[in-house]
Amino acid sequence: MSASLTLIVVMAVMYAAGVYVLLERSLTRVLIGFMLIGNATNLLILIMSGRAGKPPLMSDDADPSTFADPLPQALILTAIVINFGVTAFLLALIYRSWWLARLGDQGDTVVLEHEEDAGLAEEVFSETSEDDDALHEALDASEEYVEEAEAEQRAIVQESTDPNHRKPGEHERHRGEES
Amino acid sequence: MRMLVPLMVLVPLLGAALALVSSRSPRLQIAISSSALSASTIIAGLLVWQTDSNGSTAIQVGNWAAPWGITLWVDRFSAMMLLVSSVVLLSVLVYAVGQGIADGNRETPVTIFHPTYLMLAAGLFVAFTTGDLFNLYVGFEILLGSSYVLLTLGGTGARIRAGVTYIVISLVSSVFFLAAIAMVYGATGTVNMAQVAERIGELPDDTALLLHVMLLLGFAIKAALFPMSFWLPDSYPTAPAPVTAVFAGLLTKVGVYAIVRTETLLFPDSGPGGDLRTPMMWVALATLVVGILGAAVQADIKRLLSFTLVSHIGYMIFGIALSTPLGLNATVYYVVHHITVQTTLFLAVGLVERVGGTTSISRLSGLLRRAPLVAVLFFIPALNLGGIPPFSGFLGKAGLLLAGAEQGGWVVWVVIAGAVATSLLTLYALMRVWNMAFWRSDAELEEGYSSQYINTLVENPDDAGEVRTEESTPRLMVSATAGMVVVTLALTIFAGNLFAFGDRTASEITDREAVISTVLTEEATHG
Repeated sequence: MSASLTLIVVMAVMYAAGVYVLLERSLTRVLIGFMLIGNATNLLILIMSGRAGKPPLMSDDADPSTFADPLPQALILTAIVINFGVTAFLLALIYRSWWLARLGDQGDTVVLEHEEDAGLAEEVFSETSEDDDALHEALDASEEYVEEAEAEQRAIVQESTDPNHRKPGEHERHRGEES
Repeated sequence: MRMLVPLMVLVPLLGAALALVSSRSPRLQIAISSSALSASTIIAGLLVWQTDSNGSTAIQVGNWAAPWGITLWVDRFSAMMLLVSSVVLLSVLVYAVGQGIADGNRETPVTIFHPTYLMLAAGLFVAFTTGDLFNLYVGFEILLGSSYVLLTLGGTGARIRAGVTYIVISLVSSVFFLAAIAMVYGATGTVNMAQVAERIGELPDDTALLLHVMLLLGFAIKAALFPMSFWLPDSYPTAPAPVTAVFAGLLTKVGVYAIVRTETLLFPDSGPGGDLRTPMMWVALATLVVGILGAAVQADIKRLLSFTLVSHIGYMIFGIALSTPLGLNATVYYVVHHITVQTTLFLAVGLVERVGGTTSISRLSGLLRRAPLVAVLFFIPALNLGGIPPFSGFLGKAGLLLAGAEQGGWVVWVVIAGAVATSLLTLYALMRVWNMAFWRSDAELEEGYSSQYINTLVENPDDAGEVRTEESTPRLMVSATAGMVVVTLALTIFAGNLFAFGDRTASEITDREAVISTVLTEEATHG
């Protein structure tokens, strides 16, 4: 069995980088590490199928040595699906962990998920929505600045003949409050 | 009768789908999951009877002949594992339903609990019925994926923390296993276990050794062998009581099951890369001793039991490392005993938590007077795990030690000494729980009774130190626990039959030629 050296080097680098990142404390890095290692393992399976470049399955009576081994590809496909599911779960877990970390010491005492937690959840969500608002305002402000500058330019050009003219900044701020 | 094998997996899978669809009606979900698991128990019972009278069955999924398609293969060992795990799953389900009704589903949110629980069952059954390495990996992933969800049910801070440890460790072990499968495929050109077994003999010694070690590493993390066992006591105890009970009973045993298959079918003594018996002896000894020393200083009963769980895995590894017919026979018996007893103890501790309001023995007292039935339900499996004569724990350990003594050699005798000491220390740890939580009076606790030993106990880091006592103990939970206690007692009563069964199992799983011919020459047309 011959294998492509490039693939082997890529796999080794991915394993090394993956293990390194997996050992970090931050959960998002752990996730990245897991994805690197998982895909390195998929590459390992691919390498085990032999040299790349042969055509896929052709006909019933073709000589097995003339086409690529289809089984490792099926295995990789399954492994990718499993990794995908686990990654999705890890993302949810990281989000939850981040959410709890925001609660600080309260996070450890969240026990009654469906009763007391409802109040806490509201509190936290309002906190996050405040954050969102602040973020939107900041974004709006920067847009406002640009738009105001544009409006000023227009005003200079048109000399503002319309008394009902609404400043673009007002509209933007209003939208920010709604969300 | 051959259709029973795929049904074993299909029934809980379909049940999971139905339970998910009917998430609006908790009663319907309970009906679906309990009937699915009852059906699995019956099917597993039939499979045990069938494999014991007719020998092992292999079935080719989708009618693809053996090396190309996926083979499902049930022999006595897997049938017995199927039966025990479905009995355990069923009684824990009853217990969880009882707890859910009493608490208004606070700890076990029903909508997601039932489908996930059935998926866990399906994953276990896939792992126990498969004759294909990659399908074994898929089974592991199904049951691990469900276990991630069950462990982090409710998503509290402590559970997320425990879940992160557990999930990252499990992912690493899965990657080891998958990489090992890739290498096995590269070396032998197949992932069918029987065909791998057939071709492994032609491999050079070092390649076979590498494959052997890679496979064992993946399984050893799952089975919580020393030094890969430290994740377990940090992750299991934080889950809801029924979930901990199921995990403790079954998840590590899947690893043990896979190790048995690896050692007997893929890498036997005589073949290349087969000589890992002595290292395994040392691993068994370290697992036994380190685990039980951890248990001896725990104040929290759940953590204490998690440490005994880790420790007693060592007994099974000892039996596998002996790999004599008697050793394997005793291992099979010990696996069955340990699944049931460990689950029962965790269920009983769930009851203790409800009666006493805590699981820390430094704050429990007078439970014998307050709840005599719970005390009995804890006492019997505790003695059983500690290895007191009439119970199955004693019989299993006696069988293992006898097998060890028969083989001899100084390494074996050292492990035997460690095993006896572990048994005594288990008894010590559990009897201290008995003395402090059940035997001492409330007055003693109030007076501030203290001794040197109690002051050195290590509390659970997540323990907030509170005592909640207003909870009730629903009859359903008590009867589920009582049912499991009866099962553990039945292991003693039918010990003769079980050891005879174990003997037939041992000779069956060591007869590799027969396994290979059953799986590979099975005609596909019957599937």
